[in-house]
Amino acid sequence: MWDRNQMAARAAQELQDGWYVNLGIGIPTLVSNYIPEGVEVTLQSENGMLGMGPFPVEGDEDADLINAGKQTITELPQTAYFDSAQSFAMIRGGKIAMAILGAMEVAENGDLANWMIPGKLVKGMGGAMDLVAGVGRVVVVMDHANKHGVSKVLKECTLPLTGKGVVDRIITNLGVLDVVEGGLKIVETAEGVTEADLRAATEATIVD
Amino acid sequence: MKKVYANAAEALDGLLHDGMFIAAGGFGLCGIPELLLDAIKDAGTKDLTFASNNAGVDDFGIGILLQTKQVKKMISSYVGENAEFMRQYLSGELELEFNPQGTLAERMRAGGAGIPGFFTKTGVGTVIAEGKLEKQFPTGPDGAMEDYIMEEGMFADLAIIKAWKADETGNLVFRKTARNFNAPAATCGKVCVVEVEEIVPTGSLDPDTIHLPGIYVNRIIQGTHEKRIEQRTTRPAA
Repeated sequence: MWDRNQMAARAAQELQDGWYVNLGIGIPTLVSNYIPEGVEVTLQSENGMLGMGPFPVEGDEDADLINAGKQTITELPQTAYFDSAQSFAMIRGGKIAMAILGAMEVAENGDLANWMIPGKLVKGMGGAMDLVAGVGRVVVVMDHANKHGVSKVLKECTLPLTGKGVVDRIITNLGVLDVVEGGLKIVETAEGVTEADLRAATEATIVD
Repeated sequence: MKKVYANAAEALDGLLHDGMFIAAGGFGLCGIPELLLDAIKDAGTKDLTFASNNAGVDDFGIGILLQTKQVKKMISSYVGENAEFMRQYLSGELELEFNPQGTLAERMRAGGAGIPGFFTKTGVGTVIAEGKLEKQFPTGPDGAMEDYIMEEGMFADLAIIKAWKADETGNLVFRKTARNFNAPAATCGKVCVVEVEEIVPTGSLDPDTIHLPGIYVNRIIQGTHEKRIEQRTTRPAA
């Protein structure tokens, strides 16, 4: 099984040189720690920035420079700023090669649910619906099962959707699955996890 | 053509009425028109509808107008940081319309550009699509048809925004990620009032570096901003 950092490291292998990428909150944020050597990617922050740098050192925080999680960050030599309309124009326009996002549920047809649990406090979808609708490739990074041990990789999502048929690849603590015709295909398994383990832990249809 | 006013209250004089629709700039607490929001609180204008990506925190930003029950409805993409907001929403005192963040930004931009509706993939197959006009366009691989939904441009009675610098004609320069919703919000108001950190003499801004031309700006004030940080994150010094 992979831990959070190993999942992030595996997700970082998805990145290709020259890509513009948007990383979601949570484990996806950790992906920036594992970008392979020789691969240059530019991180987009949907509040209006390309070329997101690391957190500032203490004393250098700037209220005018935050990421989409409202955290203070820094700029890089290649940084560009723009307004929210242009930010989502580049997202919807397919200019962002990949988004790596967390999820509550993913279905075998690529449906994604990650913004709302009915009856619980709903904070909003933020930019998630625009990202999954617009970017070139959507990779989900999440635990394979929920707190109660129930598979989050499903035949059909039970929660309200963020996007329909939008997920390309799922990376969990148990392995990597691709959304293909008819279901999910196992790409690889995590250390110490067999294909049989992965099948048993997955509610969704797995095709060969 | 005098656009510069002494303070926020004077800049809003004659522009406020109960039940009006206001578009506000800002993302989280970054680049919010904090002085104009204070002045709206003091004016006591009620039953306001706000289009704003977020609703501030309890004691800052739009949050202060929630405390005084001046807000009837919010159109936002994410409202998680505000306990009073949640209390009013769950008790039915406050209406809430969720818009995906990019759809909200584009609704403002489109309205400001005279475009009353547009089609987007965002939200197709989700609750956001319910009740909206659907249409297919040949945008897929090899001209395959793909589903889109229609969203409407936004036309606000008033836009309140924050910029870094203005000249006396209203040409604006924003700073870093504080630009966010300020530019699109500015364009979608019948009237736009901007607060800045500094008003500079006309002619001192390089025309090639102006982010929003003064045609979109009706009234300007200069003031001192708190510029609160919502999540102070740092790394260890090397």
